[in-house]
Amino acid sequence: MERIGFLKTSEAVGIAILAALILIVLPLGLDIFRLNLAGKYLTYAFVAIGLVLCWGHGGILSLGQGMFFGLGGYAMAMFLKLEASSPEATKIQSTPGIPDFMDWNQLTELPWFWQPFHSLTLSLVAVVLVPTAFAFLIGTAMFKRRVGGVYFAIITQAIAAILTILIVGQQGYTGGINGITDLRTLKGWDIRTDEAKYVLYFVNAGLLLAAVAAAYFVRQSKLGRILVAMRDKEDRVRFSGYNVANFKTFVFCLAAALSAIGGAMFTLQVGFMSPSFVGIVPSIEMVIYTAVGGRLSILGAVYGTLLVNWAKTSFSESFPELWLLGLGGLFIAVVLAFPNGLAGIYADTIAPRLSRLLRRARPALGGTVPAGAPAE
Amino acid sequence: MHTIARDAAAPDFLLSVEGLTVSFDGFKAVNDLSFYVDKNEIRVIIGPNGAGKTTVLDLICGRTKATAGSIRFRDIELTRLSENRIVEAGVGRKFQTPSIYEDLTVFENLEISFPRGRSVFGALAFRRDAAVSERIEEIAEMIFLKDHLAERAAFLSHGQKQWLEIGMLLIQDPELLMLDEPVAGMSVAERRKTAELLHKIIVGRSVIVIEHDMKFVEDIAHRVTVLHQGKVLSEGSMERVKNDPKVVEVYLGH
Ligand SMILES: Nc1ncnc2c1ncn2[C@@H]1O[C@H](COP(=O)(O)OP(=O)(O)OP(=O)(O)O)[C@@H](O)[C@H]1O
Ligand SMILES: [Mg+2]
Repeated sequence: MERIGFLKTSEAVGIAILAALILIVLPLGLDIFRLNLAGKYLTYAFVAIGLVLCWGHGGILSLGQGMFFGLGGYAMAMFLKLEASSPEATKIQSTPGIPDFMDWNQLTELPWFWQPFHSLTLSLVAVVLVPTAFAFLIGTAMFKRRVGGVYFAIITQAIAAILTILIVGQQGYTGGINGITDLRTLKGWDIRTDEAKYVLYFVNAGLLLAAVAAAYFVRQSKLGRILVAMRDKEDRVRFSGYNVANFKTFVFCLAAALSAIGGAMFTLQVGFMSPSFVGIVPSIEMVIYTAVGGRLSILGAVYGTLLVNWAKTSFSESFPELWLLGLGGLFIAVVLAFPNGLAGIYADTIAPRLSRLLRRARPALGGTVPAGAPAE
Repeated sequence: MHTIARDAAAPDFLLSVEGLTVSFDGFKAVNDLSFYVDKNEIRVIIGPNGAGKTTVLDLICGRTKATAGSIRFRDIELTRLSENRIVEAGVGRKFQTPSIYEDLTVFENLEISFPRGRSVFGALAFRRDAAVSERIEEIAEMIFLKDHLAERAAFLSHGQKQWLEIGMLLIQDPELLMLDEPVAGMSVAERRKTAELLHKIIVGRSVIVIEHDMKFVEDIAHRVTVLHQGKVLSEGSMERVKNDPKVVEVYLGH
């Protein structure tokens, strides 16, 4: 099989098609309101891609990815909130210059952990670093003690719940249940205008494609195969000389970092961040996006995310109370009937026909797989 | 006779197990066990089911932590090391049931065991260069799987899976290779090939084999250790062990 850089030709084609869809088709086909919505969905795809590596390949199911999405989103929101809370803009408050919700909660000075978020650079560093460090702590604590499987899933869920409770409870420091709202400008650039929304959409799309490429890079590396090997036979990997805990921690951190970038882009495009993106429900929804797309497929995860969210939006407009049921049903259906999700359906039905077609068109292409080519 | 003579002159041994004990909730699966393995020796451990054979391997490779006793490999005390350090020290271990990565190809299975790029970032940067491919092909030839390199390991026969796991260990190039029932479930022809394989791989390393098949044991063993209730019941050449009345009573007599 031919390769383009570290990608197989078929993978490069897949990425190109996705790029065409999100960089050309969607922007041309959708008005800015819908495009902004699509951009929002695509921020969840960062989480789904992380889950493909962590859960699909590594077998580590996290039911708490919302915390990393949220932490990334909050880091971004804190910067934007501080910029929106200049002394002039907040001069009617009893303490001007601090975010409005702090003032409402009788805070008279900016808490110490808010201070770094005056700087955009530090904030961007925090977007990635804080969630990743948090994942590192959880990962080291759990994986070194050989906590895995269902126990790990439950613990991540519990941590996500605790984080939500903390955010909601510490209203004066976090904005509480409402989250951090009323975000306006980024270094003076108004992010609420249509033009800004276009720009942010494209930035997000570009970052997502980079995340896809990074995920492919990890997957084609030996590390990617070690993940699969760990999922299959953890002990065999351990007794082949690998420190299994380190590999698990790495992929968990990577998934967290990707989620965090998605969260920050969410804040920028949607204009707020709240605890409703941190807790158990959003975390599980993101697992469902991944399952629907196919938990082994990086591109499938992106399409799964788009599809489920599109369905959610259309469906919950007409039958809001039925949506959660529908989502649960969808998950069960996927797990039972299509364990490899959309990607599996594609691989079973469309791909063979496509390659037959291609082979007929260009007989030279129909080569055999060389020794040592990956199984997938 | 061996044990007495050798206690004084330990430095020759590749592996010295002394006073090894492990207790699971008070039950001593291995009880004050001592034995020594020479360089370039094939040692076979036999014994009835539940004698503690697998547990001994678990202790040596770090899967189970010893309650008491010591395991010295060359000059290294293994009881204090983590599993991956024990592998790095030069100990390889095959599990009782074939333990391979079914979702990966035979080539990839072997590649993961190639002793390079074992850290997280080492694995990310690992390149499949000529040295890797050559070594994998060489080993694949040895374990009779040269024509199956691109195949998914799940599709191999039971015997082939056993060989693949042996191959994964060979590629690690351990000084001490431990095999838990490598011919269990194999056909007669496969057993013969496996014996041939073991004779080939012994060069430059020691092997501990757990086996029930006496025919196979006779074929490969330099010396035999008989375990019973976590203790050494008898030890020595196959000839000697076979004629030991204690061994006949608890094991071979059945
Ligand atoms: N982790 C464990 N916890 C509790 N008991 C254990 C554990 N591992 C082994 N045992 C017990 O220790 C004893 C020795 O088991 P082991 O697997 O070492 O036997 P074996 O000699 O390999 O037998 P076989 O020939 O059936 O493979 C058995 O009674 C087993 O039930
Ligand atoms: Mg056993």
